[in-house]
Amino acid sequence: MLNMTVIYFISYLYLRTSLKLMFAFCLHSDEGLSKHPVSLETLYPSIKIKVYFALFISGKSKEAEIKRINKELANIRSKFKGDKALDGYSKKKYVCKLLFIFLLGHDIDFGHMEAVNLLSSNKYTEKQIGYLFISVLVNSNSDLIRLINNAIKNDLSSRNPTFMNLALHCIANVGSREMAEAFAAEVPRILVAGDTMDSVKQSAALCLLRLNRTSPDLIPMGEWTSRVVHLLNDQHLGVVTAATSLIITLAQKNPDDFKTSVSLAVARLSRIVTSASTDLQDYTYYFVAAPWLSVKLLRLLQCYPPPEDAAIRGRLTECLETILNKAQEPPKSKKVQHSNAKNAVLFEAISLIIHHDSEPTLLVRACNQLGQFLQHRETNLRYLALESMCMLASSEFSHEAVKTHIETVINALKTERDVSVRQRAVDLLYAMCDRSNAKQIVAEMLSYLETADYSIREEIVLKVAILAEKYAVDYTWYVDTILNLIRIAGDYVSEEVWYRVIQIVINRDDVQGYAAKTVFEALQAPACHENLVKVGGYILGEFGNLIAGDPRSSPLIQFNLLHSKFHLCSVPTRALLLSAYVKFINLFPEVKGTIQEVLRADSQLRNADVELQQRAVEYLRLSCIASTDILATVLEEMPPFPERESSILAKLKKKKGSGTVSDMEDSRKERSTNVNGSNDHIVTTSPSSDLLGLGHTQAAALNSASPPVTSNAASLLVDVFTESLPVVPPTSIIEENFSRFVCKNNGVLYENQLLQIGLKSEFRQNLGRMYVFYGNKTTTQFLNFSASLVCQDLNIHTTPADPVVDGGAQLQQVFNIECLLDFVEAPVLSVHFRYGGSMQNISIRLPITLNKFFQPTEMTSQEFFQRWKQLGAPQQEVQKIFKAKHSMDTEVTKAKIIGFGTALLDGVDPNPSNFVGAGVIHTKTIQVGCLLRLEPNTQAQASCSVKRTHIHAALYTLMTINCNIDYCSTDISKGKIKIFKCIFKSQHSQNK
Amino acid sequence: MIKAILIFNNHGKPRLSKFYEHYNEDIEQQIIRETFHLVSKRDENVCNFLEGGLLIGGSDNKLIYRHYATLYFVFCVDSAESELGILDLIQVFVETLDKCFENVCELDLIFHVDKVHHILAEMVMGGMVLETNMNEIITQVDAQVKMERSEAGIAGAPARAVSAVKNMNLPEMPKNINIGDISIKVNLLLQRL
Repeated sequence: MLNMTVIYFISYLYLRTSLKLMFAFCLHSDEGLSKHPVSLETLYPSIKIKVYFALFISGKSKEAEIKRINKELANIRSKFKGDKALDGYSKKKYVCKLLFIFLLGHDIDFGHMEAVNLLSSNKYTEKQIGYLFISVLVNSNSDLIRLINNAIKNDLSSRNPTFMNLALHCIANVGSREMAEAFAAEVPRILVAGDTMDSVKQSAALCLLRLNRTSPDLIPMGEWTSRVVHLLNDQHLGVVTAATSLIITLAQKNPDDFKTSVSLAVARLSRIVTSASTDLQDYTYYFVAAPWLSVKLLRLLQCYPPPEDAAIRGRLTECLETILNKAQEPPKSKKVQHSNAKNAVLFEAISLIIHHDSEPTLLVRACNQLGQFLQHRETNLRYLALESMCMLASSEFSHEAVKTHIETVINALKTERDVSVRQRAVDLLYAMCDRSNAKQIVAEMLSYLETADYSIREEIVLKVAILAEKYAVDYTWYVDTILNLIRIAGDYVSEEVWYRVIQIVINRDDVQGYAAKTVFEALQAPACHENLVKVGGYILGEFGNLIAGDPRSSPLIQFNLLHSKFHLCSVPTRALLLSAYVKFINLFPEVKGTIQEVLRADSQLRNADVELQQRAVEYLRLSCIASTDILATVLEEMPPFPERESSILAKLKKKKGSGTVSDMEDSRKERSTNVNGSNDHIVTTSPSSDLLGLGHTQAAALNSASPPVTSNAASLLVDVFTESLPVVPPTSIIEENFSRFVCKNNGVLYENQLLQIGLKSEFRQNLGRMYVFYGNKTTTQFLNFSASLVCQDLNIHTTPADPVVDGGAQLQQVFNIECLLDFVEAPVLSVHFRYGGSMQNISIRLPITLNKFFQPTEMTSQEFFQRWKQLGAPQQEVQKIFKAKHSMDTEVTKAKIIGFGTALLDGVDPNPSNFVGAGVIHTKTIQVGCLLRLEPNTQAQASCSVKRTHIHAALYTLMTINCNIDYCSTDISKGKIKIFKCIFKSQHSQNK
Repeated sequence: MIKAILIFNNHGKPRLSKFYEHYNEDIEQQIIRETFHLVSKRDENVCNFLEGGLLIGGSDNKLIYRHYATLYFVFCVDSAESELGILDLIQVFVETLDKCFENVCELDLIFHVDKVHHILAEMVMGGMVLETNMNEIITQVDAQVKMERSEAGIAGAPARAVSAVKNMNLPEMPKNINIGDISIKVNLLLQRL
């Protein structure tokens, strides 16, 4: 049974006066009549568009719609591509249809050209539809922009105000860079020209604003700026409104250039506010004089501090008072539009008062006014009052006044039907919270959390956590609050929140016993949230001993309680619990057997998860082998955490954008005290034990509880786990620029966003001196800066680095190097410093290579070949054949060989294309003579014979470095493959 | 700044969308859907402001909307705009549409998509409020209509219409005539004014 709906227009009466559609009937065709719409095109041309649109109205079948649209698109496409030139009307019709199809969410990939053609039409109707299409459909990087720009240029110079407006609208709507480039000079000229019509001026002002937003660099400030300011005095209020919008944006970027606008704005505002509302006639909206302009002017004034000139300041205060007074007058109309317009101005005035934050009387009046609105029956006003009060709460003059409304706000939180309003109430409670009312507010927020909308729960959780921490006098209250938080909204408690509670408990020993007791009790609930298990596991693992005296919470009971949750938890939590267990072994030797049994179970030792398995194996082994002393050292209580900005706050800031939160925090910093207490409470710890700063996931953070933690424990571990424990890999060593320094001594070795490391070095015989420059690329200090070198075969003395590197400064460190033996591994420079809150560790290979200790030796051809032949033993020769990376340049190659350290022996080799070098490597114990021969070969060869012995290993490494980077691999683009052959011969010569 | 102006009906069908910041077409459609989802689930008589959806920039932006009969008018704005001011602007917009179309209804927005765009262009330009005075807006729109008529040479149209009606194949006229979705012809302002 077909149940297709087809809409027919059976009659369309064209009424000359109203252009109005009279009837639209819908036919339900039960007989499955697949009737085609009656062709009405002959009736009146535009009807076809309408019939066509009507098909989408019912919107009942998506498939039918898509089918219909595809058919229509095909039709339009064929019309556009057809040989017959379309007349303007048809073009308009089809472009209109495309617009509608686009609106319904279908891609339009043609018609752009036709729209551009319409732009150059002389008919307004066609031009207009062309512009419409372009401003809706053409994005800023279309390749048609140049054509469009041409049309716009013509229209701008047409002096026809309607066309100019169309063109300006198009620029403002597309706003691309090409357009900005093309019209950056023209638009300001139109704006300030004396003979420009008002409506064009309006458009030009907003067009300029748009261009300034998209490409500020292209809009030169010029003599037009002062004339723009004077538009504030214009007769036409529409022009003033547009100009004010423009000036607001410009003044935010260049406040000094537009300072004069303040007095003009105040004068204008005063004229509007004090005039009888009938004076402004058309701009009076429901008995309010020019509300939009007033709002804009008040916004403009918020770009500047209170005016210094007493007269202007007085006038402004008078205006603000008048606006506040008007709020108390009986409304002139019952219509909501009247009160909306009036209050729009009022709220903006209050924003300005808050922004100036200088007139206590006005602030208090504003606060009272907002207090009235808090109970207003209009939801919108309650919403805005809560929002504005949030800002008011941060002003020292009105903070107390805001606090008097606490009951109303709490009531709003409980009774308000609208979630947006409730959210504002939460914001305001957060903003008005201080030590005196923290307990009440936190309690209210917690109780609201049980019924809060899911969308705002996480934010409330963060806010409660922050307030509880910030205003905690009594830390038992803090612990209770956070545990409650986890109980009520565990899913919304992010890692930061529970990390934080652990940090605080660890840092404050007065709360540790209470915390242990509380988590123990909380864990007894039959169902508890995983986050609670994490906190419980961590805290009992650290401080379970504090409550172990009570027989109700004996070690075994604690352990059984934790372990009863184990199987319900995810892998990271289980990992944490395993760490807690091993800490129990240390705390309570009496449960050691029980725990070892648990660890030994197949479900642990053979767990599919590598992390769990590893922990179980290691902990079990540790508990079996290690003595009590070692256990006590390894599983020591966590040291206190360093003080830092609360990560929860950082998260809230991130969540809310940079806006209100940070401002509020800054302005109230002096009132707050940090929960970490004073600095002397803090003991610096190794960075890896830091729960928060690492940015690692739980596993990393939890490692702090597992063995490989403190450095003194590390050496113990070597003894304990001699059998099979993997060596913890060092942080990766940076070598990217290393090879560049094989043949040179100076340059930039390393660079990232923070730091640049530069080198300058010189070598003589077996001695060298290297200057390392550490450049701080940021504006903030690096603290605890240290840099050290470790190497066995080199004797390195260094000056200690200054621990502080100022922002933008450069620090120099000198290394004096003595080469003791021939060596392979270049030394590694470890740089550590604290930037912001986190430690930065960089390990970088320093280019001190064996060839740096070459002394060049000059010799004749005869000497060279005599020695070359003497060094025939296999262990004395290294050979490598490799492909050239670049086409070979003789001069470059020569420079490389000299840079490598050997002497370049010209004219020694009978084959002129070969390169020959000789030098002596100096070390403290031995000196090694080396001969080098590089044989470029243009024929492809693949054989490669390399001989290495202990001494040659070093040379081999060197050569590889040298070859790989600088000479080798192919230059296929030239169709030739160049082969080099490089032979080192070396010789022990103890005393030359 | 106004980031976007969206009009859709009670079923989420877009009737007008105007973005003043560039988004991909797909994203635009997603924004419309997301906005509809946010706005349509709200009760009547709650406040007219809410935080913007994630796609359009999250809580830095506000959605300010009004519901007229079958249509939602939603303006997405940043913090630089006055909420109540925008609310009034929506009212001006609808009142202007009402004057231009004589008792505006959803159908007008469908059939006169170009004209609605023009009216909007007279009020908002590049995301900033251009003109708020209804008389001024209507004067501009009327001037355009006049120009359109003079160009279209509309004088001949009625005659053509009459002949077309005569030529219509009357036996093929549908038999069961229902008035379709009547709601789309409800005057938007009936419930508000």
